[in-house]
Amino acid sequence: MSNYRIQGATGEWEVVIGLEVHAQITSNAKLFSGASTRFGNEPNANVSLVDAAMPGMLPVLNRECVRQAVRTGMAIDAQINKWSRFDRKNYFYADLPQGYQISQLYHPIVGEGSLLIDADEKAGIPEPKTIGVERIHIEQDAGKLMHDQHPTRSYVDLNRCGVALMEIVSRPDMSSPAEAGAYIRKLRSILRYVGSCDGNMEEGSMRADVNVSVRRAGEELGTRTETKNVNSVRFVMQAIEYEAGRQVDVLEAGGKIVQETRLFDPDKAVTRSMRSKEDAHDYRYFPDPDLLPLELEDSFLVDCRASLPELPDAKRARYRDALGISAYAADVITADVETARWFETLLAAGAEAKAGANWLTSELFGALNRLGRTISDCPVSPVQAAQLLALVADGTLSGSLAKQVFEIMLESGEDPAKIVDERGMKQTSDTGAIEAVIAGILAANADKVEQYKGGKEALFGFFVGQTMKAMAGKANPKVVNDLLKKALEA
Amino acid sequence: MSVDSATVRKIASLARIAVSDAEAEALAPELSKILGLVEQLSEVDTTGIAPLAAVVPNHLRLRDDVVTDGDIRDKILKNAPQAEHGFFAVPKVIE
Repeated sequence: MSNYRIQGATGEWEVVIGLEVHAQITSNAKLFSGASTRFGNEPNANVSLVDAAMPGMLPVLNRECVRQAVRTGMAIDAQINKWSRFDRKNYFYADLPQGYQISQLYHPIVGEGSLLIDADEKAGIPEPKTIGVERIHIEQDAGKLMHDQHPTRSYVDLNRCGVALMEIVSRPDMSSPAEAGAYIRKLRSILRYVGSCDGNMEEGSMRADVNVSVRRAGEELGTRTETKNVNSVRFVMQAIEYEAGRQVDVLEAGGKIVQETRLFDPDKAVTRSMRSKEDAHDYRYFPDPDLLPLELEDSFLVDCRASLPELPDAKRARYRDALGISAYAADVITADVETARWFETLLAAGAEAKAGANWLTSELFGALNRLGRTISDCPVSPVQAAQLLALVADGTLSGSLAKQVFEIMLESGEDPAKIVDERGMKQTSDTGAIEAVIAGILAANADKVEQYKGGKEALFGFFVGQTMKAMAGKANPKVVNDLLKKALEA
Repeated sequence: MSVDSATVRKIASLARIAVSDAEAEALAPELSKILGLVEQLSEVDTTGIAPLAAVVPNHLRLRDDVVTDGDIRDKILKNAPQAEHGFFAVPKVIE
Protein backbone atom coordinates (compact mmCIF):
# COMPACT_ATOMS: atom_id res chain seq x y z
CA MET A 1 0.00 0.00 0.00
CA SER A 2 1.33 3.39 -0.98
CA ASN A 3 1.62 5.89 1.85
CA TYR A 4 1.03 8.80 -0.53
CA ARG A 5 -1.47 11.21 1.03
CA ILE A 6 -2.64 14.72 0.31
CA GLN A 7 -2.36 16.83 3.46
CA GLY A 8 -5.47 18.96 3.49
CA ALA A 9 -6.44 21.64 6.01
CA THR A 10 -8.85 19.17 7.62
CA GLY A 11 -6.72 16.04 7.49
CA GLU A 12 -5.34 13.41 5.15
CA TRP A 13 -6.78 12.32 1.81
CA GLU A 14 -6.08 9.24 -0.29
CA VAL A 15 -5.85 9.43 -4.06
CA VAL A 16 -7.42 6.83 -6.35
CA ILE A 17 -6.12 6.60 -9.92
CA GLY A 18 -7.16 4.64 -12.98
CA LEU A 19 -5.58 4.98 -16.42
CA GLU A 20 -6.92 4.45 -19.92
CA VAL A 21 -3.90 4.12 -22.18
CA HIS A 22 -4.34 4.49 -25.92
CA ALA A 23 -1.53 2.62 -27.65
CA GLN A 24 -1.09 2.72 -31.40
CA ILE A 25 -0.89 -0.82 -32.74
CA THR A 26 2.22 -1.40 -34.85
CA SER A 27 0.98 -2.23 -38.35
CA ASN A 28 1.72 -1.28 -41.94
CA ALA A 29 -1.87 -0.51 -42.89
CA LYS A 30 -4.78 1.02 -41.01
CA LEU A 31 -7.35 -0.89 -38.95
CA PHE A 32 -10.06 -1.01 -41.62
CA SER A 33 -8.36 0.22 -44.81
CA GLY A 34 -5.26 -0.39 -46.92
CA ALA A 35 -3.81 3.10 -46.34
CA SER A 36 -0.35 3.42 -44.80
CA THR A 37 0.23 4.21 -41.11
CA ARG A 38 3.68 5.71 -41.69
CA PHE A 39 4.42 8.68 -39.42
CA GLY A 40 5.62 11.91 -41.04
CA ASN A 41 4.15 11.46 -44.53
CA GLU A 42 2.72 14.48 -46.37
CA PRO A 43 -0.65 15.58 -44.94
CA ASN A 44 -3.57 13.51 -46.25
CA ALA A 45 -1.25 11.18 -48.20
CA ASN A 46 -2.17 8.20 -45.95
CA VAL A 47 -5.87 8.46 -46.69
CA SER A 48 -8.09 6.09 -48.64
CA LEU A 49 -11.70 6.62 -49.61
CA VAL A 50 -12.63 4.45 -46.59
CA ASP A 51 -10.76 6.75 -44.18
CA ALA A 52 -12.35 9.82 -45.79
CA ALA A 53 -15.74 8.12 -45.22
CA MET A 54 -16.90 8.40 -48.82
CA PRO A 55 -20.41 7.02 -49.27
CA GLY A 56 -20.56 3.28 -49.87
CA MET A 57 -17.08 2.50 -48.54
CA LEU A 58 -16.94 -0.53 -46.25
CA PRO A 59 -14.44 -1.37 -43.50
CA VAL A 60 -12.37 -4.59 -43.74
CA LEU A 61 -10.56 -5.53 -40.53
CA ASN A 62 -6.75 -5.85 -40.55
CA ARG A 63 -5.73 -9.30 -39.21
CA GLU A 64 -2.39 -8.08 -37.86
CA CYS A 65 -4.10 -5.53 -35.59
CA VAL A 66 -6.24 -8.30 -34.13
CA ARG A 67 -3.18 -10.50 -33.65
CA GLN A 68 -1.25 -7.75 -31.84
CA ALA A 69 -4.15 -6.97 -29.50
CA VAL A 70 -4.47 -10.67 -28.63
CA ARG A 71 -0.71 -11.05 -28.03
CA THR A 72 -0.79 -7.96 -25.80
CA GLY A 73 -3.65 -9.49 -23.82
CA MET A 74 -1.72 -12.73 -23.43
CA ALA A 75 1.35 -10.80 -22.22
CA ILE A 76 -0.66 -9.44 -19.27
CA ASP A 77 -2.28 -12.82 -18.55
CA ALA A 78 -5.65 -11.54 -19.62
CA GLN A 79 -8.73 -13.41 -20.68
CA ILE A 80 -8.96 -13.49 -24.49
CA ASN A 81 -12.51 -13.27 -25.80
CA LYS A 82 -12.96 -15.56 -28.78
CA TRP A 83 -16.09 -13.64 -29.67
CA SER A 84 -15.98 -9.85 -29.79
CA ARG A 85 -17.82 -7.18 -31.68
CA PHE A 86 -17.45 -3.65 -33.02
CA ASP A 87 -19.72 -0.77 -32.04
CA ARG A 88 -20.17 2.73 -33.38
CA LYS A 89 -19.49 5.62 -31.03
CA ASN A 90 -21.26 8.55 -32.60
CA TYR A 91 -19.96 12.11 -32.45
CA PHE A 92 -19.34 14.96 -34.85
CA TYR A 93 -15.95 16.56 -35.05
CA ALA A 94 -13.81 17.58 -37.99
CA ASP A 95 -11.11 15.01 -37.18
CA LEU A 96 -13.48 12.09 -37.88
CA PRO A 97 -15.32 12.29 -41.22
CA GLN A 98 -17.34 9.11 -40.55
CA GLY A 99 -19.27 10.83 -37.78
CA TYR A 100 -18.55 7.81 -35.57
CA GLN A 101 -15.56 5.95 -34.23
CA ILE A 102 -15.56 2.19 -34.66
CA SER A 103 -14.75 0.81 -31.20
CA GLN A 104 -15.65 -2.11 -28.93
CA LEU A 105 -17.82 -1.00 -26.01
CA TYR A 106 -19.93 -4.03 -25.18
CA HIS A 107 -17.74 -6.98 -26.22
CA PRO A 108 -14.02 -6.13 -26.10
CA ILE A 109 -11.46 -8.55 -27.52
CA VAL A 110 -9.47 -8.78 -24.26
CA GLY A 111 -10.94 -9.06 -20.75
CA GLU A 112 -9.51 -9.05 -17.23
CA GLY A 113 -5.71 -9.17 -16.82
CA SER A 114 -3.01 -7.56 -14.69
CA LEU A 115 0.55 -6.35 -14.60
CA LEU A 116 3.10 -6.00 -11.84
CA ILE A 117 4.79 -2.70 -11.10
CA ASP A 118 8.24 -2.90 -9.57
CA ALA A 119 9.18 -1.80 -6.08
CA ASP A 120 10.88 1.59 -5.98
CA GLU A 121 11.70 2.52 -2.40
CA LYS A 122 12.74 6.07 -3.29
CA ALA A 123 9.47 6.71 -5.12
CA GLY A 124 7.40 5.42 -2.20
CA ILE A 125 6.62 2.01 -3.69
CA PRO A 126 7.97 -0.30 -0.95
CA GLU A 127 7.10 -3.54 -2.71
CA PRO A 128 5.94 -4.79 -6.12
CA LYS A 129 2.23 -4.18 -6.68
CA THR A 130 -0.28 -5.83 -8.99
CA ILE A 131 -2.38 -3.40 -11.02
CA GLY A 132 -5.55 -4.84 -12.53
CA VAL A 133 -6.35 -4.32 -16.21
CA GLU A 134 -10.09 -4.37 -16.80
CA ARG A 135 -10.05 -4.75 -20.57
CA ILE A 136 -8.32 -4.01 -23.86
CA HIS A 137 -10.37 -3.10 -26.90
CA ILE A 138 -9.51 -2.19 -30.48
CA GLU A 139 -10.63 1.10 -32.01
CA GLN A 140 -9.85 3.70 -34.66
CA ASP A 141 -7.75 6.77 -34.07
CA ALA A 142 -8.99 10.17 -35.29
CA GLY A 143 -7.24 12.68 -37.57
CA LYS A 144 -5.25 15.73 -36.51
CA LEU A 145 -6.50 19.30 -36.38
CA MET A 146 -4.26 22.34 -36.63
CA HIS A 147 -5.68 25.57 -35.30
CA ASP A 148 -2.73 27.92 -35.66
CA GLN A 149 -2.18 27.96 -39.42
CA HIS A 150 -5.00 30.29 -40.44
CA PRO A 151 -6.93 33.07 -38.65
CA THR A 152 -10.43 31.66 -39.20
CA ARG A 153 -9.92 28.08 -40.37
CA SER A 154 -8.72 24.84 -38.80
CA TYR A 155 -6.68 22.54 -41.04
CA VAL A 156 -7.45 18.82 -41.04
CA ASP A 157 -4.92 16.05 -41.72
CA LEU A 158 -6.54 12.61 -41.87
CA ASN A 159 -3.29 10.59 -41.99
CA ARG A 160 -3.86 9.24 -38.49
CA CYS A 161 -7.59 8.79 -39.02
CA GLY A 162 -8.38 5.08 -38.94
CA VAL A 163 -5.02 3.95 -37.54
CA ALA A 164 -5.51 1.08 -35.08
CA LEU A 165 -5.41 1.76 -31.35
CA MET A 166 -5.61 -0.50 -28.34
CA GLU A 167 -7.35 1.11 -25.40
CA ILE A 168 -5.92 -0.50 -22.29
CA VAL A 169 -8.14 0.25 -19.29
CA SER A 170 -6.70 -0.24 -15.81
CA ARG A 171 -8.60 -0.83 -12.59
CA PRO A 172 -8.52 2.14 -10.19
CA ASP A 173 -5.68 0.35 -8.37
CA MET A 174 -3.07 3.09 -8.22
CA SER A 175 -2.77 5.41 -5.25
CA SER A 176 0.11 7.77 -6.02
CA PRO A 177 1.58 9.62 -9.01
CA ALA A 178 4.68 7.38 -8.71
CA GLU A 179 2.57 4.22 -9.04
CA ALA A 180 0.85 5.64 -12.12
CA GLY A 181 4.25 6.49 -13.60
CA ALA A 182 5.56 3.00 -12.84
CA TYR A 183 2.44 1.46 -14.42
CA ILE A 184 2.88 3.36 -17.68
CA ARG A 185 6.58 2.56 -17.83
CA LYS A 186 5.92 -1.14 -17.22
CA LEU A 187 3.11 -1.22 -19.75
CA ARG A 188 5.31 0.53 -22.32
CA SER A 189 8.10 -1.98 -21.66
CA ILE A 190 5.74 -4.93 -22.19
CA LEU A 191 4.23 -3.43 -25.37
CA ARG A 192 7.72 -2.93 -26.80
CA TYR A 193 8.77 -6.49 -25.93
CA VAL A 194 5.61 -7.85 -27.53
CA GLY A 195 6.11 -5.55 -30.51
CA SER A 196 2.48 -4.47 -30.54
CA CYS A 197 3.25 -0.75 -30.02
CA ASP A 198 6.49 1.20 -30.39
CA GLY A 199 5.71 3.17 -27.21
CA ASN A 200 6.90 6.40 -28.79
CA MET A 201 5.14 9.01 -26.67
CA GLU A 202 6.59 12.02 -28.56
CA GLU A 203 5.00 10.82 -31.79
CA GLY A 204 1.75 10.16 -29.98
CA SER A 205 1.94 6.34 -30.10
CA MET A 206 0.93 6.23 -26.42
CA ARG A 207 -1.42 8.64 -24.68
CA ALA A 208 -3.23 8.32 -21.38
CA ASP A 209 -6.59 9.45 -20.06
CA VAL A 210 -6.11 9.92 -16.33
CA ASN A 211 -9.00 9.24 -13.92
CA VAL A 212 -8.48 10.74 -10.48
CA SER A 213 -10.60 10.92 -7.35
CA VAL A 214 -9.83 11.54 -3.67
CA ARG A 215 -11.32 10.18 -0.45
CA ARG A 216 -10.76 10.00 3.29
CA ALA A 217 -8.83 6.88 4.27
CA GLY A 218 -11.07 3.83 4.08
CA GLU A 219 -14.13 5.67 2.77
CA GLU A 220 -16.14 5.06 -0.40
CA LEU A 221 -14.72 6.16 -3.77
CA GLY A 222 -15.15 9.87 -4.49
CA THR A 223 -16.41 11.39 -7.74
CA ARG A 224 -13.72 11.22 -10.42
CA THR A 225 -12.57 13.51 -13.18
CA GLU A 226 -10.94 12.40 -16.41
CA THR A 227 -7.97 14.32 -17.80
CA LYS A 228 -7.65 13.52 -21.50
CA ASN A 229 -4.74 12.78 -23.80
CA VAL A 230 -1.74 13.22 -21.52
CA ASN A 231 1.33 12.26 -23.52
CA SER A 232 4.28 11.64 -21.20
CA VAL A 233 4.95 9.81 -17.94
CA ARG A 234 6.01 13.06 -16.29
CA PHE A 235 2.84 14.87 -17.41
CA VAL A 236 0.65 12.02 -16.14
CA MET A 237 2.28 12.33 -12.73
CA GLN A 238 1.95 16.13 -12.73
CA ALA A 239 -1.69 15.95 -13.83
CA ILE A 240 -2.51 13.59 -10.93
CA GLU A 241 -0.69 15.72 -8.39
CA TYR A 242 -2.46 18.89 -9.51
CA GLU A 243 -5.88 17.29 -9.93
CA ALA A 244 -5.81 15.53 -6.54
CA GLY A 245 -4.79 18.78 -4.84
CA ARG A 246 -7.52 20.71 -6.62
CA GLN A 247 -10.17 18.18 -5.60
CA VAL A 248 -9.09 18.29 -1.95
CA ASP A 249 -9.31 22.11 -2.01
CA VAL A 250 -12.80 21.98 -3.52
CA LEU A 251 -14.05 19.40 -1.00
CA GLU A 252 -12.51 21.10 2.03
CA ALA A 253 -14.12 24.40 0.98
CA GLY A 254 -17.47 22.57 1.15
CA GLY A 255 -17.80 22.15 -2.62
CA LYS A 256 -18.58 19.10 -4.74
CA ILE A 257 -16.51 17.41 -7.45
CA VAL A 258 -18.23 17.46 -10.83
CA GLN A 259 -17.68 14.37 -12.96
CA GLU A 260 -16.17 15.99 -16.03
CA THR A 261 -13.51 15.86 -18.73
CA ARG A 262 -10.44 18.01 -18.21
CA LEU A 263 -7.37 19.00 -20.21
CA PHE A 264 -3.78 19.07 -18.99
CA ASP A 265 -1.74 22.21 -19.70
CA PRO A 266 1.89 21.06 -19.72
CA ASP A 267 3.29 24.62 -19.61
CA LYS A 268 1.61 25.42 -16.30
CA ALA A 269 1.26 21.79 -15.03
CA VAL A 270 -2.44 22.36 -14.30
CA THR A 271 -5.67 20.72 -15.49
CA ARG A 272 -8.60 22.71 -16.85
CA SER A 273 -12.25 21.90 -17.37
CA MET A 274 -13.14 21.35 -21.04
CA ARG A 275 -16.61 22.85 -20.44
CA SER A 276 -18.03 20.58 -23.11
CA LYS A 277 -21.64 20.80 -24.07
CA GLU A 278 -23.76 18.54 -21.91
CA ASP A 279 -24.72 16.46 -24.94
CA ALA A 280 -21.11 15.66 -25.75
CA HIS A 281 -21.19 12.32 -23.98
CA ASP A 282 -24.37 11.06 -25.59
CA TYR A 283 -22.52 8.75 -27.97
CA ARG A 284 -25.52 6.57 -28.90
CA TYR A 285 -23.39 3.42 -29.19
CA PHE A 286 -24.78 0.60 -31.31
CA PRO A 287 -23.32 -2.48 -33.03
CA ASP A 288 -21.68 -1.55 -36.34
CA PRO A 289 -23.88 -3.08 -39.05
CA ASP A 290 -20.95 -3.07 -41.51
CA LEU A 291 -18.98 -5.60 -39.47
CA LEU A 292 -19.81 -9.14 -38.40
CA PRO A 293 -18.69 -10.27 -34.94
CA LEU A 294 -15.00 -11.14 -34.71
CA GLU A 295 -14.56 -14.85 -33.96
CA LEU A 296 -11.09 -16.19 -33.17
CA GLU A 297 -10.05 -19.74 -34.09
CA ASP A 298 -8.09 -21.86 -31.63
CA SER A 299 -5.23 -22.19 -34.11
CA PHE A 300 -4.98 -18.40 -34.31
CA LEU A 301 -4.71 -18.18 -30.51
CA VAL A 302 -2.10 -20.95 -30.42
CA ASP A 303 0.01 -19.07 -32.98
CA CYS A 304 -0.35 -15.81 -31.03
CA ARG A 305 0.86 -17.47 -27.83
CA ALA A 306 3.73 -19.26 -29.53
CA SER A 307 4.98 -15.98 -30.99
CA LEU A 308 5.29 -14.24 -27.61
CA PRO A 309 8.88 -13.44 -26.62
CA GLU A 310 10.37 -13.82 -23.14
CA LEU A 311 8.84 -10.89 -21.23
CA PRO A 312 10.74 -8.39 -19.05
CA ASP A 313 9.94 -9.93 -15.62
CA ALA A 314 10.94 -13.43 -16.72
CA LYS A 315 14.06 -12.15 -18.43
CA ARG A 316 15.15 -10.18 -15.40
CA ALA A 317 14.70 -13.20 -13.12
CA ARG A 318 16.69 -15.38 -15.52
CA TYR A 319 19.52 -12.82 -15.76
CA ARG A 320 19.79 -12.72 -11.98
CA ASP A 321 19.30 -16.39 -11.19
CA ALA A 322 20.80 -18.24 -14.14
CA LEU A 323 23.41 -15.74 -15.37
CA GLY A 324 24.39 -14.35 -11.95
CA ILE A 325 24.04 -10.72 -13.06
CA SER A 326 23.55 -8.12 -10.31
CA ALA A 327 19.96 -7.11 -9.56
CA TYR A 328 20.75 -3.54 -10.60
CA ALA A 329 22.25 -4.49 -13.97
CA ALA A 330 19.43 -6.99 -14.64
CA ASP A 331 16.88 -4.21 -13.99
CA VAL A 332 18.62 -1.76 -16.27
CA ILE A 333 19.25 -4.18 -19.12
CA THR A 334 15.78 -5.75 -19.20
CA ALA A 335 13.82 -2.47 -18.83
CA ASP A 336 13.82 -1.91 -22.58
CA VAL A 337 13.69 -4.59 -25.24
CA GLU A 338 16.35 -2.92 -27.43
CA THR A 339 18.91 -3.01 -24.62
CA ALA A 340 18.05 -6.63 -23.81
CA ARG A 341 18.45 -7.59 -27.47
CA TRP A 342 21.81 -5.83 -27.70
CA PHE A 343 22.99 -7.58 -24.56
CA GLU A 344 21.92 -11.00 -25.80
CA THR A 345 23.76 -10.47 -29.09
CA LEU A 346 26.80 -9.54 -27.00
CA LEU A 347 26.54 -12.83 -25.10
CA ALA A 348 25.96 -14.80 -28.29
CA ALA A 349 29.20 -13.28 -29.64
CA GLY A 350 31.08 -14.83 -26.72
CA ALA A 351 31.09 -12.21 -23.94
CA GLU A 352 30.94 -13.47 -20.36
CA ALA A 353 27.60 -12.51 -18.77
CA LYS A 354 28.74 -10.66 -15.64
CA ALA A 355 31.62 -8.82 -17.29
CA GLY A 356 29.36 -7.98 -20.22
CA ALA A 357 26.56 -6.68 -17.98
CA ASN A 358 28.94 -4.50 -15.96
CA TRP A 359 30.58 -3.12 -19.07
CA LEU A 360 27.25 -2.39 -20.74
CA THR A 361 25.69 -0.59 -17.75
CA SER A 362 28.80 1.49 -17.00
CA GLU A 363 31.01 2.02 -20.07
CA LEU A 364 28.47 1.71 -22.88
CA PHE A 365 25.64 3.61 -21.17
CA GLY A 366 28.12 6.29 -20.06
CA ALA A 367 29.31 6.73 -23.63
CA LEU A 368 25.78 6.79 -25.08
CA ASN A 369 24.73 9.41 -22.53
CA ARG A 370 27.73 11.53 -23.41
CA LEU A 371 27.05 11.23 -27.15
CA GLY A 372 23.32 11.82 -26.73
CA ARG A 373 22.58 8.52 -28.47
CA THR A 374 20.46 5.49 -27.68
CA ILE A 375 21.30 1.82 -27.91
CA SER A 376 19.52 1.55 -31.26
CA ASP A 377 21.94 3.98 -32.93
CA CYS A 378 25.02 2.88 -31.00
CA PRO A 379 28.16 3.32 -33.15
CA VAL A 380 29.68 0.09 -31.77
CA SER A 381 28.07 -3.25 -32.59
CA PRO A 382 27.57 -5.94 -29.92
CA VAL A 383 29.95 -8.21 -31.83
CA GLN A 384 32.69 -5.56 -31.72
CA ALA A 385 32.02 -5.07 -28.01
CA ALA A 386 32.40 -8.82 -27.43
CA GLN A 387 35.78 -8.66 -29.23
CA LEU A 388 36.86 -5.81 -26.95
CA LEU A 389 35.84 -7.75 -23.83
CA ALA A 390 37.71 -10.81 -25.12
CA LEU A 391 40.90 -8.72 -25.42
CA VAL A 392 40.51 -7.71 -21.77
CA ALA A 393 39.78 -11.27 -20.69
CA ASP A 394 42.92 -12.69 -22.34
CA GLY A 395 45.16 -9.95 -20.89
CA THR A 396 45.90 -8.19 -24.19
CA LEU A 397 44.29 -5.01 -22.84
CA SER A 398 44.29 -3.57 -19.33
CA GLY A 399 41.15 -1.87 -18.07
CA SER A 400 42.46 1.58 -18.89
CA LEU A 401 43.72 0.54 -22.32
CA ALA A 402 40.32 -0.99 -23.02
CA LYS A 403 38.71 2.38 -22.25
CA GLN A 404 41.02 4.08 -24.74
CA VAL A 405 40.36 1.48 -27.42
CA PHE A 406 36.60 1.83 -26.81
CA GLU A 407 36.81 5.60 -27.32
CA ILE A 408 38.51 5.03 -30.69
CA MET A 409 35.88 2.43 -31.61
CA LEU A 410 33.10 4.95 -30.85
CA GLU A 411 34.73 7.50 -33.14
CA SER A 412 35.93 5.29 -35.97
CA GLY A 413 33.63 2.28 -35.82
CA GLU A 414 36.70 0.07 -36.33
CA ASP A 415 37.19 -3.39 -34.83
CA PRO A 416 39.18 -3.42 -31.57
CA ALA A 417 41.83 -5.91 -32.82
CA LYS A 418 42.64 -3.62 -35.73
CA ILE A 419 42.94 -0.58 -33.43
CA VAL A 420 45.22 -2.48 -31.03
CA ASP A 421 47.42 -3.71 -33.88
CA GLU A 422 47.70 -0.47 -35.79
CA ARG A 423 48.28 1.76 -32.79
CA GLY A 424 50.38 -0.69 -30.78
CA MET A 425 48.02 -0.46 -27.81
CA LYS A 426 48.81 -3.91 -26.49
CA GLN A 427 49.43 -4.25 -22.83
CA THR A 428 53.00 -5.36 -22.15
CA SER A 429 54.12 -7.85 -19.53
CA ASP A 430 57.70 -7.65 -20.77
CA THR A 431 59.52 -7.53 -17.40
CA GLY A 432 62.80 -6.32 -18.92
CA ALA A 433 61.18 -3.22 -20.44
CA ILE A 434 59.19 -2.46 -17.32
CA GLU A 435 62.22 -2.91 -15.04
CA ALA A 436 64.22 -0.49 -17.16
CA VAL A 437 61.51 2.18 -16.86
CA ILE A 438 61.17 1.61 -13.09
CA ALA A 439 64.91 1.99 -12.63
CA GLY A 440 64.81 5.33 -14.45
CA ILE A 441 61.91 6.63 -12.35
CA LEU A 442 63.43 5.61 -9.03
CA ALA A 443 66.70 7.27 -10.02
CA ALA A 444 64.92 10.50 -11.00
CA ASN A 445 62.95 10.58 -7.72
CA ALA A 446 65.60 9.60 -5.20
CA ASP A 447 64.12 11.93 -2.55
CA LYS A 448 60.71 10.21 -2.74
CA VAL A 449 62.36 6.80 -2.59
CA GLU A 450 63.99 7.92 0.69
CA GLN A 451 60.61 9.07 2.07
CA TYR A 452 58.99 5.81 1.03
CA LYS A 453 61.66 3.81 2.73
CA GLY A 454 61.21 6.05 5.75
CA GLY A 455 57.60 4.81 6.07
CA LYS A 456 55.57 7.03 3.71
CA GLU A 457 54.02 4.07 1.97
CA ALA A 458 51.33 6.14 0.24
CA LEU A 459 54.02 7.12 -2.24
CA PHE A 460 53.74 3.64 -3.79
CA GLY A 461 50.82 4.89 -5.84
CA PHE A 462 52.94 7.76 -7.13
CA PHE A 463 55.56 5.33 -8.44
CA VAL A 464 52.91 3.17 -10.09
CA GLY A 465 51.41 6.24 -11.76
CA GLN A 466 54.79 7.45 -13.03
CA THR A 467 55.62 4.02 -14.44
CA MET A 468 52.27 3.66 -16.20
CA LYS A 469 52.61 7.19 -17.58
CA ALA A 470 56.08 6.54 -18.90
CA MET A 471 54.78 3.40 -20.60
CA ALA A 472 51.75 5.20 -22.08
CA GLY A 473 49.38 3.06 -20.04
CA LYS A 474 50.44 -0.11 -21.78
CA ALA A 475 52.17 -1.88 -18.91
CA ASN A 476 50.35 -4.73 -17.24
CA PRO A 477 49.41 -3.17 -13.85
CA LYS A 478 49.96 -6.37 -11.92
CA VAL A 479 53.46 -6.83 -13.31
CA VAL A 480 54.25 -3.17 -12.54
CA ASN A 481 53.13 -3.62 -8.93
CA ASP A 482 55.23 -6.73 -8.46
CA LEU A 483 58.36 -5.29 -10.04
CA LEU A 484 58.05 -1.95 -8.19
CA LYS A 485 57.76 -3.72 -4.83
CA LYS A 486 60.84 -5.74 -5.61
CA ALA A 487 62.80 -2.67 -6.75
CA LEU A 488 61.84 -0.59 -3.72
CA GLU A 489 62.67 -3.32 -1.27
CA ALA A 490 66.05 -3.86 -2.85
CA MET B 1 -43.25 4.39 -26.61
CA SER B 2 -43.99 7.98 -27.45
CA VAL B 3 -41.56 10.65 -28.58
CA ASP B 4 -42.17 14.28 -27.76
CA SER B 5 -40.95 17.23 -29.78
CA ALA B 6 -38.20 18.00 -27.25
CA THR B 7 -36.76 14.53 -27.84
CA VAL B 8 -36.98 15.06 -31.58
CA ARG B 9 -35.03 18.31 -31.25
CA LYS B 10 -32.39 16.61 -29.13
CA ILE B 11 -31.94 13.73 -31.57
CA ALA B 12 -31.78 16.19 -34.45
CA SER B 13 -29.13 18.25 -32.72
CA LEU B 14 -27.03 15.13 -31.92
CA ALA B 15 -27.28 14.17 -35.60
CA ARG B 16 -26.51 17.75 -36.68
CA ILE B 17 -29.77 17.96 -38.66
CA ALA B 18 -31.54 21.31 -38.71
CA VAL B 19 -35.17 20.80 -37.68
CA SER B 20 -37.56 23.69 -37.15
CA ASP B 21 -39.99 23.67 -34.22
CA ALA B 22 -42.88 23.10 -36.62
CA GLU B 23 -41.08 20.11 -38.16
CA ALA B 24 -40.30 18.73 -34.71
CA GLU B 25 -43.99 18.92 -33.83
CA ALA B 26 -44.85 17.01 -37.00
CA LEU B 27 -42.05 14.46 -36.60
CA ALA B 28 -42.86 13.54 -32.99
CA PRO B 29 -46.03 11.52 -33.76
CA GLU B 30 -44.42 9.99 -36.88
CA LEU B 31 -41.41 8.72 -34.92
CA SER B 32 -43.71 7.48 -32.15
CA LYS B 33 -45.62 5.42 -34.70
CA ILE B 34 -42.45 3.93 -36.16
CA LEU B 35 -41.17 3.01 -32.72
CA GLY B 36 -44.55 1.54 -31.85
CA LEU B 37 -44.38 -0.67 -34.93
CA VAL B 38 -40.88 -1.90 -34.10
CA GLU B 39 -41.80 -2.40 -30.46
CA GLN B 40 -44.10 -5.26 -31.44
CA LEU B 41 -40.91 -7.32 -31.74
CA SER B 42 -40.48 -7.24 -27.98
CA GLU B 43 -43.63 -9.36 -27.65
CA VAL B 44 -41.59 -12.35 -28.86
CA ASP B 45 -39.97 -14.29 -26.02
CA THR B 46 -36.25 -14.45 -26.89
CA THR B 47 -35.06 -15.95 -23.61
CA GLY B 48 -32.03 -18.15 -24.21
CA ILE B 49 -31.71 -17.24 -27.88
CA ALA B 50 -28.37 -15.79 -28.99
CA PRO B 51 -28.55 -12.53 -30.96
CA LEU B 52 -28.29 -13.08 -34.70
CA ALA B 53 -25.60 -11.08 -36.47
CA ALA B 54 -26.39 -12.16 -40.03
CA VAL B 55 -29.23 -14.11 -41.61
CA VAL B 56 -26.90 -16.29 -43.68
CA PRO B 57 -24.01 -18.16 -42.03
CA ASN B 58 -21.06 -15.89 -42.63
CA HIS B 59 -17.77 -14.94 -41.03
CA LEU B 60 -16.00 -11.64 -40.71
CA ARG B 61 -13.36 -11.41 -43.43
CA LEU B 62 -9.97 -10.05 -42.50
CA ARG B 63 -7.42 -8.24 -44.65
CA ASP B 64 -3.65 -8.78 -44.73
CA ASP B 65 -1.50 -6.05 -43.27
CA VAL B 66 -0.37 -4.64 -46.60
CA VAL B 67 -0.52 -1.05 -47.86
CA THR B 68 -2.78 -1.17 -50.92
CA ASP B 69 -4.38 2.25 -50.83
CA GLY B 70 -3.76 5.94 -50.18
CA ASP B 71 -1.55 8.46 -51.99
CA ILE B 72 -4.64 9.95 -53.58
CA ARG B 73 -4.64 13.29 -51.83
CA ASP B 74 -6.01 15.29 -54.75
CA LYS B 75 -8.92 12.89 -55.18
CA ILE B 76 -9.63 12.99 -51.45
CA LEU B 77 -9.56 16.78 -51.28
CA LYS B 78 -11.62 17.23 -54.47
CA ASN B 79 -14.83 16.74 -52.48
CA ALA B 80 -13.88 19.18 -49.75
CA PRO B 81 -15.80 22.48 -49.77
CA GLN B 82 -12.46 24.08 -48.99
CA ALA B 83 -8.91 22.74 -49.09
CA GLU B 84 -5.62 24.59 -48.60
CA HIS B 85 -1.98 23.44 -48.71
CA GLY B 86 -3.04 19.80 -48.83
CA PHE B 87 -5.35 20.06 -45.81
CA PHE B 88 -9.11 20.15 -45.46
CA ALA B 89 -9.92 23.68 -44.27
CA VAL B 90 -12.90 23.90 -41.92
CA PRO B 91 -14.38 26.69 -39.79
CA LYS B 92 -12.14 27.09 -36.76
CA VAL B 93 -13.08 24.51 -34.13
CA ILE B 94 -11.28 24.99 -30.85
CA GLU B 95 -12.43 24.71 -27.26
